[in-house]
Amino acid sequence: MQVHKYDVVIVGAGGAGMRAAIESGQRAHTAVLTKLYPTRSHTGAAQGGMCAALANVEEDNWEWHTFDTVKGGDYLVDQDAAEVMAKEAIDAVLDLEKMGLPFNRTPEGKIDQRRFGGHTRDHGKAAVRRACYAADRTGHMILQTLYQNCVKHNVEFYNEYYVLDMLMVEEDAYREDGTAYKQKRVAGVVSYDLATGELHIFQAKSVVFATGGAGKVFKTTSNAHTLTGDGMGIAFRKGIPLEDMEFVQFHPTGLAGLGILLSEAARGEGAILRNSEGERFMERYAPTIKDLAPRDIVARSMANEVREGRGCGPNKDYVLLDLTHLEPAHIDAKLPDITEFARTYLGVEPYTEPVPVFPTAHYVMGGIPTNIDAEVLQDNDTVIPGLYAAGEVACVSVHGSNRLGTNSLLDINVFGKRAGLSAAKYAATADFVALPEDPEKFTSTQIDAMLNSTGTERVAVLRKELQDIMDANVQVFRDKDSLDRALVVIEELRERYKNVSVQDKGKRFNLDLLEAIELGFLLDMAEVMTAAAMHRKESRGGHYREDFPNRDDENFMKHSMSYRDATATTEGISGIRMETKPVIFTRYQPMERKY
Amino acid sequence: MSTELPEPASKIELKPGVGGGGEIPTFNITLRVRRYTPESTADAYWEDFKLTMYGTDRVLDALHKVKWEHDGSLSFRRSCAHGVCGSDAMRINGRNRLACKTLLKDLDTSKPITVEAIKGLPLEKDLIVDMEPFFQSYREIMPFLINDGHEPSGERYQSAADHAKFEDTTKCILCAACTSSCPVFWTDGQYFGPAAIVNAHRFIFDSRDDAGDMRLEILNDKEGVWRCRTTFNCTEACPRGIQVTQAIAEVKQAILSRTV
Repeated sequence: MQVHKYDVVIVGAGGAGMRAAIESGQRAHTAVLTKLYPTRSHTGAAQGGMCAALANVEEDNWEWHTFDTVKGGDYLVDQDAAEVMAKEAIDAVLDLEKMGLPFNRTPEGKIDQRRFGGHTRDHGKAAVRRACYAADRTGHMILQTLYQNCVKHNVEFYNEYYVLDMLMVEEDAYREDGTAYKQKRVAGVVSYDLATGELHIFQAKSVVFATGGAGKVFKTTSNAHTLTGDGMGIAFRKGIPLEDMEFVQFHPTGLAGLGILLSEAARGEGAILRNSEGERFMERYAPTIKDLAPRDIVARSMANEVREGRGCGPNKDYVLLDLTHLEPAHIDAKLPDITEFARTYLGVEPYTEPVPVFPTAHYVMGGIPTNIDAEVLQDNDTVIPGLYAAGEVACVSVHGSNRLGTNSLLDINVFGKRAGLSAAKYAATADFVALPEDPEKFTSTQIDAMLNSTGTERVAVLRKELQDIMDANVQVFRDKDSLDRALVVIEELRERYKNVSVQDKGKRFNLDLLEAIELGFLLDMAEVMTAAAMHRKESRGGHYREDFPNRDDENFMKHSMSYRDATATTEGISGIRMETKPVIFTRYQPMERKY
Repeated sequence: MSTELPEPASKIELKPGVGGGGEIPTFNITLRVRRYTPESTADAYWEDFKLTMYGTDRVLDALHKVKWEHDGSLSFRRSCAHGVCGSDAMRINGRNRLACKTLLKDLDTSKPITVEAIKGLPLEKDLIVDMEPFFQSYREIMPFLINDGHEPSGERYQSAADHAKFEDTTKCILCAACTSSCPVFWTDGQYFGPAAIVNAHRFIFDSRDDAGDMRLEILNDKEGVWRCRTTFNCTEACPRGIQVTQAIAEVKQAILSRTV
């Protein structure tokens, strides 16, 4: 076992991690640990754009962007954070342009902008052109540009190092009113080197988590195989709460049956949704902005069309994305990649045929709670010094109960940068926290047990059962019965997980072992999502309870905070304690959400 | 600038059977994988797996089926599974492709489908190679925008025509399918290889970049563009459809004329 010492350790090399590394790497001795090569992260799969009120093509301002973000999140957004994000969006885009990002341009040579769901002019009057983009591979260009700038600044990467545990100590501390509490402090992380199977301890003054989401909890998902909730899971096991985990975004336009994403940019460029009767059904659900309504509304409308028998195909289980009225040249210029996906994977020619689509699990709005400086909170307001989180793993909360399209590429840039700056600044004056005794013990025990297990359960079987039960019961529509069904199965699977064994017993590139460990995180995340969904007896944003179909501001205008707690029981689920946290309001009072 | 479009019709007549669908056919394949497990066996060997697959399945699905249902030790990299992350470049029936973008039904399933690691990079285990030499070449061409002038307060302008000069080479996902398909690279690992040249092209022809001459000088080296024998393997291998050989030719031309 080797021990490394850095001022700052960043976990994850997607957009948020690399944006943090560019700042931190120039100010402090920084290492980036990443389970994938940096350019493999799922930021690269983002397609449509990154919103900022540049007003390059029509009137716009950051206050309108803030309002849209708050309304889009069904008022569960912390408004101070949304304001920071919308204001800093403009510099975030300019930073990327200066770093070299090849944006599409207007005829005058300025960064071009296009429409996107939920982004409007003057508080909902009409769709506005706010999304800066590079064809339909904006995420790819952001990821490449950030990696290029990491190379430029000689950022030190540890590629294919899986972080499996965080080293944390607790100290006795006193609040201003004299009450005692346990202050958590971070000492470093434990990582597993895929190439050798060796454990490496990284001691650090500052640790930044930027590990992305947990979409692989579901069967139908736009997420990569590697998005297994590792960072959220590690924090949760260390007693850090997870905020708003009931809110998962289902992106309306996944390729039917496959879940591969077709960008909302298609609808931004004029594509529309139709049911089996050829009807543009979004006219009924969102009369003003129709197909460009926010994702939760569109996804639910699609699922409802299918439920009421107006789905397409032999099983009537999807709807159609119609681009046939668009010029092929326009499609080629603005949407080349996604039209190729339709051709490659479904054999459908989007110039002439509508494309089968259905909602796909896309984004976890919840995550590790942070403040606007990306500092992680151990409860509603106590900062853990030196610990930061940014991107999908975090919950600032700028997305509330439903994220607007493009706001995640923005989130990773704005709060990734803030995390890098905060981490470097803290490390400049802080001391190292002493490593606990046997820092690798938890991880080495877990790995040895898995390698030596003679159990009969297979990882792939359990994972498939988990994903099936989540798709069937915790997707776009939920109610108490469906959530109960999911919880029963999750509990069974957790028991069976104890009896899992792996076939690869080697030390080199043992991905069999890593998939088994990742399944442990997935099971934890599925349980937290379902427990939080059970707790929220209302419908808001991406969380729709058929037994509680209305938003209930009186009882639920607050964030949920799920804690792992062996002594607690929530909604009949043992081991989870559910608390709540107030939503921060600055300028907007909740209104009914209509489009 | 986005074009204004007339509102599409509220309702249209759909053609019968529109949107695809129907039963997804199944078929049997033999997946013949080149295994290398240095912890237990010194030499690489072929192993066959008989699988029943669906018409929409890709080579990656077949590999997953082996790993998840037959032999968990089969090792390969993959992440996004739809052709954008660049993890799963491999040699399929003798050609470099991404496993997640190669549909089984497009291959001849009457014969075994061979899958092996990409060539020219040190083999680590099964389909996994050491990517470090590949990324080393990439880093050497200074793959980042270099601009000596004053940093502008706002954005730099760039015309659509200038943007078009290098847009094709911005699509690179660093999967190494091109470089590891190049016969020159197989015999001379010092050669920069197509991917590094593609990424140099991306900056040399970017009107905002000032370091084109430096990059051209690097690629004018004996291990640079002149090693290219124009066999077009790279262009055929590129899963992103980048005109790799043409990009290399443009770099050669730029070195000769030094007008960039």
